[in-house]
Amino acid sequence: MDFGPFLLLALMEGTVTAAVLALTAVGLSLVFGVMRVVNVAHGEFFMLGAVVAWFVTQAIPGPPWVAFLSALVVAPVMVGAVALATDRLVLKRLNYDPEATIVATIGLLYILQQAALTFYGPDARPVPAPFTWRIQLPWFGWSGYKLFVIVAAVAVLLAVWRLMTHTKAGLVMRATQMDRDTARAFGIDTDRVNAGVFALGAGLAAVAAVLVVPISQAHYLMGADPLLLSFIVVIIGGLGSLRGTVVAALVIGLSDGVISVFFSPTLAKIIATLLVALVLVFRPQGLFGTKAP
Amino acid sequence: MNRAFALHLGVIVALLAANWLLPAYHHTNLARIMVMAVFAMGYNIAFGYTGLLSLGHALFFAAGMYATGMGISLLAIPTGPALLLGLLAGGAMAAAVGVLALRTGGVSFMIVTLMFAQAGYLTILYFGPVTGGDEGFVIDRAARAIGPIDLSADMPRYLSALTLFSAALLGHLALTRTAFGRSMIAMRENEERSRMLGYNPFTVKLTALALSGAYAGAAGAAFAVMFGYVGGSFAGVQYSILPLLYVLLGGAGTVLGPFVGALVMFYLIDLSSLITTATLFVTGAALLLIVIFAPKGLLGTVRDRWLTWLP
Repeated sequence: MDFGPFLLLALMEGTVTAAVLALTAVGLSLVFGVMRVVNVAHGEFFMLGAVVAWFVTQAIPGPPWVAFLSALVVAPVMVGAVALATDRLVLKRLNYDPEATIVATIGLLYILQQAALTFYGPDARPVPAPFTWRIQLPWFGWSGYKLFVIVAAVAVLLAVWRLMTHTKAGLVMRATQMDRDTARAFGIDTDRVNAGVFALGAGLAAVAAVLVVPISQAHYLMGADPLLLSFIVVIIGGLGSLRGTVVAALVIGLSDGVISVFFSPTLAKIIATLLVALVLVFRPQGLFGTKAP
Repeated sequence: MNRAFALHLGVIVALLAANWLLPAYHHTNLARIMVMAVFAMGYNIAFGYTGLLSLGHALFFAAGMYATGMGISLLAIPTGPALLLGLLAGGAMAAAVGVLALRTGGVSFMIVTLMFAQAGYLTILYFGPVTGGDEGFVIDRAARAIGPIDLSADMPRYLSALTLFSAALLGHLALTRTAFGRSMIAMRENEERSRMLGYNPFTVKLTALALSGAYAGAAGAAFAVMFGYVGGSFAGVQYSILPLLYVLLGGAGTVLGPFVGALVMFYLIDLSSLITTATLFVTGAALLLIVIFAPKGLLGTVRDRWLTWLP
């Protein structure tokens, strides 16, 4: 294969990575923006989504697309419920203290990993794609499902954007993000906002996982990479800024695809992590952010 | 000699007596716990006393471990100087990270240290041919000796672990008594007021972090020589979380807390593994329960309730 098509393939794979990453990272960004909580267990919500998707597709008979669509509904709801319980039982008791919640979500990370290991097992298992349609380009064939992942991710992101900018719920969330005390003074129940946002963030990670699991596989340790990459994206995009998060996901996803194809995935990650550390040190508002955190 | 000093000396004497009293299995465990407690003490200096919540201490531990391990294996440095090299490597790595990371604070500091540690871990994997990558490498048994003392044998290993532990513990205790130790606590309690009183927060925090890294490096170096294995997994994020867990459990900001935390946590996992394989769950549940119900840890609670003089 020539350089041109090779680069095209790298960019296309990078776009898939970027789409999934944007969904996961927007979840993390929402939680940080509105609640000021750094959720270290976000990657495990992602993992949980993939594992639930596997159970659902095993349990539901019939054509693969029926099982897949069920998983796409069931997984975010279940993961959202786990997040809701976490918020009520743990985070709220800690008064959302930044450092205590970090320690608590590290604990949650271990518990969720252990739960997946115990009930799902140590094996990586694939989930069948809802359809097997191939796009034949002149140089190589590409899975049509990957195109569907991109389209679906964009659709969900648009829905989130619409939710945030055009609905009462979004208004309430933005008000809480801007000034929690004033929001409360205006009669907004910020505890309920927190619970909703935490569940929504976890649900977004689960949606991303269900979309990606027919391409990769469900495994109990699969949460580490999405967590690290989401952190990177959220920081580079500016903590709490949704638009910045999406732009950064595109940049990181594409460059990750290109560097991974032409050099080594490990090198790509070393560069990305160092970049993040330096961005946080020298430009804490993020590369695309404008306001101070 | 006051009661605080007597208490810590008593712990050291009890550990010395344990050398002849313990059965072989617990003997080896305790040697390992003492080394990990030194690591946790380093963490305590940064987190418990200076208020720096770092998630990157695995990097300092691994820096000590690799400096010593590779110094012995590749450069054929004698074990004694190699151990010293490990201590310095941990301190230097912490100082280098600190110069950048200490420009931030709070949550950002945690993420920056996490990212640097992750970059370090990935670098170890990237240079797999030299570092052994994830599988690591074994240090030659013949090289694991200082002069005539063979550190791979049970008794010398325990006693040398105890020597390191005692030096670290007494050093830690002394540190809390110095003016510098008090200025560390002042940073934790109120950085702005300390600045107003004429302290330079950056210098104090950087020195504390470098000291903390030197403890971690010394622990990593000792671990490499005593247990003969150097591996990439020691640079992973779980080795940054372990000392945090030990310190939180034992009591952040208490000198004996890290040791108590390491001891209790080690045996909690050891005993629970008799009835369940779900050891990750035990770790996770411990973290959650401490942070919700006992945010001051075991000795922190003891100090609040009974022993107000506990350093």
